[in-house]
Amino acid sequence: MAEHMGEISPSAAQSKEQNRPRSSWERLLRYTVVRMVALFITVVIGVYLTILIANMGGYVDEIRRSQIREQIAIRLQNDPAFRALPPEERQKRIDAEVAVEEKRLGLDKPFLVRSFNYLKHALTLDLGRSENMTSDSGSRQVRLIILERLPATLVLFGTSQIVLFALSLFIALYLSRHYGSWLDRLFVALSPLSSAPGWFYGIFLIIVFAAWLKILPFGGMVSVPPPKDPIRYALDVAYHMILPIMALTLSSIFISVYGWRTFFLIFSSEDYVEMAKAKGVHPRAIERRYILRPTLPTIITSFALGVIGVWMGAPIFETIFNWPGLGRVLFHAVQLFDTPVIVGSTVIFAYLLALTVFLLDIIYAIVDPRVTVGGGRRA
Amino acid sequence: MLRGAFKELLRYPSALAGLVVIFILVAVSIYTVITIPYEEAIRLWRGGEEVWGDVPKLAAPAWLNHFSSKKRPLTVKLTSEDPGVERNYAQISDDLWVDDVTYTFDFNYDEFPQEVAITLLGTFQEKAPYVSMVWVKPDGTEIRLADMAVEGGKRVYRASQDEKLSRKLKLPANANPIEGLFAEDPTAETPVPMKGTYQVRLEGTLFEPNATLESKVVVYGTVYGWAGTDHLRRDLSIALLWGTPVALSFGLLAAVGTTVLTMLISAVGVWYGGWVDALIQRITEVNLVLPVLPILIMIGVFYTRSLWAMLGIIIALSIFGAGIKTNRAIFLQVKAQPYIEAARAYGASDWRIIFFYMVPRIIPTIIPALVTLIPSFVFLEASLAVLGLGDPVLPTWGKIIDDARANGALYQGLYYWVLEPSALLMVTGVGFAMLGFSLDRVFNPRLREL
Repeated sequence: MAEHMGEISPSAAQSKEQNRPRSSWERLLRYTVVRMVALFITVVIGVYLTILIANMGGYVDEIRRSQIREQIAIRLQNDPAFRALPPEERQKRIDAEVAVEEKRLGLDKPFLVRSFNYLKHALTLDLGRSENMTSDSGSRQVRLIILERLPATLVLFGTSQIVLFALSLFIALYLSRHYGSWLDRLFVALSPLSSAPGWFYGIFLIIVFAAWLKILPFGGMVSVPPPKDPIRYALDVAYHMILPIMALTLSSIFISVYGWRTFFLIFSSEDYVEMAKAKGVHPRAIERRYILRPTLPTIITSFALGVIGVWMGAPIFETIFNWPGLGRVLFHAVQLFDTPVIVGSTVIFAYLLALTVFLLDIIYAIVDPRVTVGGGRRA
Repeated sequence: MLRGAFKELLRYPSALAGLVVIFILVAVSIYTVITIPYEEAIRLWRGGEEVWGDVPKLAAPAWLNHFSSKKRPLTVKLTSEDPGVERNYAQISDDLWVDDVTYTFDFNYDEFPQEVAITLLGTFQEKAPYVSMVWVKPDGTEIRLADMAVEGGKRVYRASQDEKLSRKLKLPANANPIEGLFAEDPTAETPVPMKGTYQVRLEGTLFEPNATLESKVVVYGTVYGWAGTDHLRRDLSIALLWGTPVALSFGLLAAVGTTVLTMLISAVGVWYGGWVDALIQRITEVNLVLPVLPILIMIGVFYTRSLWAMLGIIIALSIFGAGIKTNRAIFLQVKAQPYIEAARAYGASDWRIIFFYMVPRIIPTIIPALVTLIPSFVFLEASLAVLGLGDPVLPTWGKIIDDARANGALYQGLYYWVLEPSALLMVTGVGFAMLGFSLDRVFNPRLREL
């Protein structure tokens, strides 16, 4: 028995060593890295699927082929010896060089191999050159065309999401405290209005505020000509953001408030909240510690889904408001039938979605005390 | 259980409102499909000159006249075969016949018509009939419009394109000739149309015994029908009516397809567990990153815009969504129940357990989710149409909004064009959502007290 006990102690000491609680930052770091890797794999698969869909009709192949031909033609034009040749010879020369180049890049290989090649390009954001569109800085690179518009989209959607989150939280908390009041019933009754997407409300708001009352602009990000002074510029952008943000908020606020207030009510009927009230804890403290903290993970999950939904509506939303962002680029590309930009936009959207999911995962991990990340038990 | 639930449902006013809305929509759909069959609808929507020729362009709904002190004109259409038309056909000499037609109509509106078009149809062997057109205003003023030979058998005269008329009437530079025909004082700052009885006299001369001359006068109004018209002179009521069954069936099929498949897949995943479950989880995660709308755009641009193809792809992309996770949570609970173990004991097959024991447990949660899902698909179809990727043949509500946007409806003040389909979309969405929310409260007791 004694030997047995002797055997247990060192191993117990060992396991105790392994189970020592790590600091929160270490855990967070490990979690971040794990999630990043997992998400990266997901993005790779997602982008690959996108390429498969785009290339089933051979469109990505076409893009590459025409790119190569164009580059070779330009290169050969600058060669005086080439220009001296008669037309049929020139054509033959171009064809020969194109064939060599295609072989070099693996374009004559079977479909599966080619698609991996495209995948590599897509992941490094080498998305080719556009056919008809030009970026703001004059480049034809698809990557630049799309990414230069990213800040405009981020400004608009980011601000509106923050506004939506803050407003929903505030109103939902208020409603959960004043359960059964007319405001509460109003929000519950209006929740079906959230089935309409943001661009839908946008149309109505434009009719009312821009066409009829004439107090807000029809669209666009800045007035023409834009103010030179940075502060005035910022104010101008803010002025143009009022209607779009109103549209986005109107579309999501009722259902957000309804869902969160319901959760708050469910959680505030828990036993430990009664306990806290009996103990005499200040109502604000109860709200913060006992109600808000446990519901935050669920709220963030539903908020995440809302954000993703809003991203997806960007093409139409930005077109209605003439906002120069990612969505409108995609819309223009569709109208111009500009294949490289369309495919490139889809890839970038996939990246953005992954980024959003990643950020929200991080926030989730920070906020949810039950999430045990990276192994080890809490003290 | 379902009957009790139904009685419970009727206690909620929003549920009743939702049911009424849905009932009306379904009734309209059935009525539309019966009275305007598919081929007829396509013909009316894509018809062309014969179908739309006599309808005004961009006309507002006619009932707006009830709400306004200024009455806008309706379209007046008169043909030479109408009974009340004054006609005079006589032979003057060996090779000269006279065929005079006088049209009379009343005009008592406060705004000018959009256009006056006179169509001449003649049949002849060698020499075309010759027509002189005279316009008579209520105060007796006669204005000679034009003289033309009916070359080619058909000639159309449009007053708004007649520059000679503007000059003849000494109108200001950019004035519409129509004002010259109708105004009390065409040179006034804001001309006002003269009310009264107008006449159009067509003095026709025929040169052959068997030559014929028929004509048609159309005074295009600026209001039309109960829905108005679009830029191609199409009556919007057709698209509004036909959009209803399209929207309803699309939303319903997409919602049902997605919900049923999600349920089955998560049930299979939970029951078989192990690598099946893990695989489904991984697929769900990948699906989260796939941008749905851009992919739909890609498919719409490159492959096909057919509505049913889109429907299939949307369902495929939506199955592995958030629904899988919530269904899985419930199924896990069900799997732990003792009656499942009992079923396994008596030798029930896997599929029997899934279909007879697990699926019925989830139906209460699924029904509200399904109904609430329908509006999102209805709006998704509208979104695709607004992007220009709608079904190329069918008239849908989203199509109307797309046409309106592309033709600058909001900037031109043609609000009816945008508001009519939007209102229908809104009503449909809110109707289903109201029903869905009430169903949620009925089937989920926890929410009932709240």
